[in-house]
This record gives sequence, C-alpha cells and structure tokens, in this order.
Amino acid sequence: MKLLKEAKALLKHNIRDYGMYIALLVIMLIFTILTDGLFMSSRNISNLIDSSGYIAVLAVGVMLVIVIRHIDLSIGFLAGFLGAIAAILLVQFNLPVFLVIPIILILGMLAGSVTGFLVAKVGIPAFVATLAGWLIYRGALLQATERSGTINVNNEAFNAIGNGYIPSISQVGGLHLLSLMIGAAAILYYIYSMIKNRKNKIKYSFDVVSNPLFIIQLVLVSSLIGYVTWILAGYNGFSWTMIIILIVLVVYHFITTKTVLGRHIYAVGSNPEAAHLSGINVSKITFIVFGSMGMLSALSGILFTSRLQSATTTAGTLFELDAIAAAFVGGVSAAGGVGKVTGAVIGAVVMATLVNGMNLLGVGIASQYMIRGGVLALAVIFDVMTRRQRA
Amino acid sequence: MNDTILEMKGISKEFTGVKALSNVNFQVERGEIHCLVGENGAGKSTLMKVLSGVYPYGEYSGDIYFDGQVQQFNKISDSVDIGIVIIYQELALFPDLSIYENIFIGNELQRKGVLNWNEAITKSKELLEKVNLHINPETLIKEIGVGKQQLVEIAKALSKRVKLLILDEPTAALNDTDSANLLNLLKELKKQGITSIMISHKLNEVIAIADKATVLRDGETICTLDATRGEITEAAIIKNMVGREIEDIYPKRNHPVTDHRLLELKNWSAYDGHLGRNVAEHIDLHVNYGEIVGIAGLMGAGRTELALSIFGNSKKYKTSGELFVDGQPIQLKHTSDAIKSGIAYVTEDRKGDGLFLLQDIKNNISISNLKDLSAYGVVNDNEEIRTAEEYRKSLGIKTPSIEQKVGNLSGGNQQKVSIGKWLFVGPKLLILDEPTRGIDVGAKLEIYTVMNKLIESGMSIIMISSELGEVLGMSDRVYVMAKGEIKGELSSNEASQEKIMELATQ
Repeated sequence: MKLLKEAKALLKHNIRDYGMYIALLVIMLIFTILTDGLFMSSRNISNLIDSSGYIAVLAVGVMLVIVIRHIDLSIGFLAGFLGAIAAILLVQFNLPVFLVIPIILILGMLAGSVTGFLVAKVGIPAFVATLAGWLIYRGALLQATERSGTINVNNEAFNAIGNGYIPSISQVGGLHLLSLMIGAAAILYYIYSMIKNRKNKIKYSFDVVSNPLFIIQLVLVSSLIGYVTWILAGYNGFSWTMIIILIVLVVYHFITTKTVLGRHIYAVGSNPEAAHLSGINVSKITFIVFGSMGMLSALSGILFTSRLQSATTTAGTLFELDAIAAAFVGGVSAAGGVGKVTGAVIGAVVMATLVNGMNLLGVGIASQYMIRGGVLALAVIFDVMTRRQRA
Repeated sequence: MNDTILEMKGISKEFTGVKALSNVNFQVERGEIHCLVGENGAGKSTLMKVLSGVYPYGEYSGDIYFDGQVQQFNKISDSVDIGIVIIYQELALFPDLSIYENIFIGNELQRKGVLNWNEAITKSKELLEKVNLHINPETLIKEIGVGKQQLVEIAKALSKRVKLLILDEPTAALNDTDSANLLNLLKELKKQGITSIMISHKLNEVIAIADKATVLRDGETICTLDATRGEITEAAIIKNMVGREIEDIYPKRNHPVTDHRLLELKNWSAYDGHLGRNVAEHIDLHVNYGEIVGIAGLMGAGRTELALSIFGNSKKYKTSGELFVDGQPIQLKHTSDAIKSGIAYVTEDRKGDGLFLLQDIKNNISISNLKDLSAYGVVNDNEEIRTAEEYRKSLGIKTPSIEQKVGNLSGGNQQKVSIGKWLFVGPKLLILDEPTRGIDVGAKLEIYTVMNKLIESGMSIIMISSELGEVLGMSDRVYVMAKGEIKGELSSNEASQEKIMELATQ
C-alpha cells in the first residue's frame, strides 16, 4: 500500500515527463488492438522508426532553438536542398559517400551559422530571418532539381542509411545477434548509470525513491528496451537510421545534461539578461545552437534522400512544422529554458506513431491532420496544466 | 469600540511539503492601520494571498471572516467585490496607457459595451484629488515617477469602493519624500474610514503610522503589538521578528583599509545608445583593498549604469575614459572580461536579471564558474554538489535541498544565492547593487556579516544603496551621485544623512 502511495506521489510529481511515455504506450496499445497486432509486428515497428528518423533529428535541433527562445522555419527546405546537393554530388560528381556526408554536414553547419549571425549579431528576429531562409532554400532546392527533376540516387552505400540494417554477425534462433547485443548493452548501461546516480544522491542525502520502487523502475524500463530489441531483432535487426537517431540522442543528451555548453544553453534560455551578467556570451551560444540546427538539418536531408533513394523538388516541405510540433509534444516550453532531448525524440516518435497507425487503419488524410492537430493541442494543454499545478 | 472588520482564524497553507502558514490568527479592527511585519519567508505575502483569493478556498485550511461573514473566495475578483483590494510591490499598471485608462481597467465605465471616456476622466480627476495627486488624468503612466504611480494604484483601489486596502511594501521603491506622502495619505484615508494593512520592512514607517502591528515568524503569529499601549518600538518588533535581540544591525569589522589601489576610474563616461545620452559622466573614482565604498544617490542618479559599465556591459553602454585594475589599464568588451579581471556585479534586480528562477540552487551558484568544475567541457556533478553545499552552509541559505528551484526561495535566500554565485568565481572586487532591497532585518544582518567576512578575506566592495542607514553604517568612504556625475566624496567621519542628501539633490 505504501508502495502504491509512493508510486502515485512520484507520478504526480513527474507527471510531465512520465505523461509522454504513458501517452505513447497508450497510443501504441490502441493501435495494436485496433489492427489485431499488426501494428506491433517487427516489420511495422522497424518501418515506423525509419520513417520518423528525419523528423526526430530535426526535432532535437529545433528543441534547442526553442529553448533559447528562438525559432527556425528554414530547416525543412534546408534539409530538402542539402539532400539534393548530396544527390548531385553522388550522381553527377561521383563523389564517394564517405566524402559526401561530411561535406553536407559542414554545409549545413555553415547555413545554420548564417542564420545564427543574422539573429545574434545583426539582431533580426529569428522568425523573420528564418522565414527568409525558408524562401531562399525553397528556391535553391527548385533550382538544384530544375534541370533533371527528381534525381535518382543509385549509390547502395548511401541508400543503406535510410533503408539498410546493421550486419547481424550471426542469427540466434532466428534473431539478429548484433541487435540483441546492442540491446543488452543498453540495458546494462541503463542499470549501471541508474544505480550509480542513486548512490550519489544517497551520499549527498538527496531524496530518492524507496528500494522496491527503484527496482520496479529498473525492471520496467529494462524490459521495455528488451521488448523493442526483441521485436526488431525478429525482423532485420536495428536499421542504420535507428543507430543514427540513437547516436544523435546520446550525444545531444550528453551535451545538454553534462557539459558546460549545455548549462550555458539552458541559462541563456531561462534568462538571457542574467546569462549575460553571468559572463556568458549569449551571441556565441545563439551561434552554436543555430549551427547545430543547420548540421542536424543536413543530417535530416541525408536521411530523407537516402530513404527515398532520390532527391525530389518538394523534399522537406513542412518538415519544420512537424519538427516543431514534435518538440512541443516532447515538452519544450515556448517561454524558453525548458526542454529535453529525450522529450523531442519521443515527441517525434509519438507523431510518427500516429501517422503510421492511422495509415494501417486506413484513416483518411483529412482526419489524420485533424487528429494530429488535436494531439499537439492536447500535449501543450497538458503541459501548461501540469506546470501551473507545480508552480 | 470593538468593531472587527477582518478576522482570519487558524489559517494553514502548505506548499508541497513546506508549511508556509501554520494556524495563523490575524485580526484587524475597522478604521485602523495595521502593519504586518516579519522576516522574508515568515508568511506575510502568503497570508495576504490567502486573504485576496489568489489561493482559492480549499487550498488552505481555516476561516476568513469579513464584516462578520464567513468568506470563501474562489478567485481574486470575489475579494475585490466585497471591498478587499491588494496593491502589490510590483505595480500592476500599463505604462503605455494613461492614468484614467489604468484606473478603470477591468472596471470600465460603459453603457451597452460602449465606453464612456468623459465620465472616466471626470471621475479619475476626483479620485486623484482624493490621493493628493494634482495631475492631468490623461498623462501616460510611464511619464510619471514610481511614487505617483503608487498613488494611481491607490486611486484605482478607491474606484472599487475599497473597505480594506492591503499594501505590500509600498515604499520599497520610493524615495523619502514620496514615502512620507504615501504614509500621510494612508492616515487621511483612515480618517475616511478605510482600513489598511501594510506589509513593510521599514521599521521607522511602521512605528510612525501603525495602530497595531502583527509579527509573523516562520509561518506563525508571534504577537500583535498595540500603539496605544506603547508597544510598537523598534526593539520590540525586531526581537519578535528574529526571536532574539539584535544589538547593532551594522556589525563592526576590524580590518584595516590599505592604500593599495584595486580599482581606479579616470574621466570615465558611459553612453547609452538607446537613450542617446551619457548615463555616467566624467567619473573619477577609486577603490582600495580592504574597503567598502558606498555609492549613494537618488533613483536615476546613474549608479546602476555606472556599475554596469564597469562590469563590461558594452552591449548597452559605450564607455570612454580609463579603467585600471591593480594599476593596469583594462579594456572590457564583455562581462566575461570584467569577471576575468576580478570584478563581479550582484544586480539590484535579483529576479529580473540576476537569477535563473526555474533552475535549482546548485545550477545558479555554479553558472559563472563552470570551468572550475569541469574537465574538457564536461561538468563534474559531484564537485558541483560539493561546492553548492559549501556555499549553502557558509552563507546560511535556508532550504531543504540545493536542488530546490531558486524561484521558490525567499528574497533574502535568493540574495545569498546571488552572492554565493559570485564568491565561487572569487573576484577581488564585488559590486553590490542594493544588496538588501526587499530583505528583512534578520537577513540584512546576515548579508552585512557576509560582507564583513569578505573584506576580511581580502576583497573589496562597492555598495550601491538607497538606504542611507546602510550606507552610513557599512561604508569606509562614500561617493554621492546625481545626474550621472559624482557630486562629492565623503569619508566615513564626514558622512551624515544631511550631507549625503544635500549632495544627492544638487
């Protein structure tokens, strides 16, 4: 009974963080029931993750932009444009993949820095500066694909990024071995870091949850990771897209939670004046965040082009709004200073799940948009309510 | 004549685990001026928020009787409807609207949805007369000073047929003349039968106007003092507020001032691009090691602007002239340059541009010196916690945990966090801008003690303050500023209230 009470209190206190995971599980459960289990099939989950990749990386970037109280509308067409450049470099210039990818990422970073310069140094509102970028990159995309129309990419290594899977080494009982190993490593690392964290907190006599609840937490999350791994291992294993999302997730999570840079970003977001008076170079932080946004746009462009195995004239249309929606579903605050990388990724997965599930059910595109809009509104309403409750 | 207008019985209120009020009783007679005093965090503001319906019925326990009736407010307008009006320290006026628009906002004079501006202007004139403000009601709020704005707030309250007026530190931002005006007005309103509750940290004001004074400490009612029985004295209030006797609120320090120059400004000017004028002009000033230098002056004299220009705020001010630290000329392009040369600035506006309210104490203390806590850009969490704990203990920050959000702390504790943040940077010169604004006596004493400790540890301090008592009590030397210039320099022996005011009003 005491345990239940504690669990309730914990849930109440962290409702914003847990709410998102619970919502995702509920949505998945509903789709699983409605589709007689088709939704949870290995093939579909694998597909879902691959199709959410290019929005997830954008969502991570734009989450940080929103944290420092700006916005970036140019990212969709920037992704589309850089994807087209990647295709041109591969097809028309016959450059190898290992050169094309860094070139595109650097181009993205440069493009982001230009936005950063306009916003931080010239002082143009981000909305206007990036609206200009939206128009310019859209034009640039059209120009790049003007002569040839859709550019088909037939480079296998490049196309594997959006469609291929990591090698299995060997199959164990029909399951993908390397994926199982990665999953197991993730679980072990999770348990290790949670225990270490808990020990530390106890050492400084901070509040921690009781032992049984802690173990339940560990078991729950571990089995969730285990379950997803098991599902994916039953099909083709982890896709390259998923590995890329995981890398972005881990790197950005680390930067935002463990580094000086991360602290400075959140400081600028929660009070720019105080940050300036604390000796933080606000312009520099703005530069870095927009630079990272540009780089992630480039990555998104690569993922999308690779997935379609071609660069189209309309690639990137509305990506920016999908990414912003994902960031808000993931709990970023429009007032700045609050937002998590894990939240942004989960937000993207929630939105992709909705699309995927509704497609399986054959819901019409008109209803799909309205339902997605409703979920976005609900998420933000929920966010505002829970914040008010705690204030 | 026992005519109780307000009685609050057994009020308790909790914030997630912290008891803000426990079983508070508070009784106000009709037509009196009742002061509510207590240290920061004693529960004064919380009690008034319960009374005005900010915390609706059900979020607290206990009963409120107003005019003999039990009241259950669900929202703020419920309390306004029966004549309880609260005026907050941060005024709720719209700077770009005129006085009469502000007075009738939310309470517009209208017929079938069409506003009657003429009537509003006429009525505003009457109301302004009542608060002794002889000024055209069409003037914009931003064009009048804080003192007059405060009067407009009271006029606005009068327009709502107020019976009980609650003022939360009304004179905190006012100069002496405006404060005196305001207090006189309260006395006049009293004659007209309006009851007032005033929260104040300025004990001389409490002594001057209170009929009764209720002291809160740690969320409990300690006592109610009665002026007719001669109970309202400084000693009695302080004793009840802090729970012990305080001999001298400006503690002595035994540390010699050296001749060694730490900071020197020569012909220093700061130009504000937005205002298009110099906010500080031809400043010659120096600070020696081991010295507390006070900068006195009225609001708008350019003291904060001078401090910000010394702190390398080149974004806002273009500076000319020379600045020496330890005899070396220094160029400041950014606040980080000032920090590197050993200058730190604790802002007068803690909440506005000092602290990260949504972040915890730990993050606020470490933010300016993360490099000492990190290797290759990665923050060492353990070191950070250790550091924050160290400052929590040494500065006496009262909090259940350093993971507490700074926004939830009382003013005095927030100020300690601000100071802790800069101590961790380890500057040579600490500029404190209004270090005790909005802070109660107990916390003030603690801040002064910290200042003395810093001096003894080899630091120097520039203290900007509007409180003359503090300037005189703490400074080794005083500069007086007016209109962006230094009008005079006084040693601690020469300095007196009269001399400072004479220079400040030049």
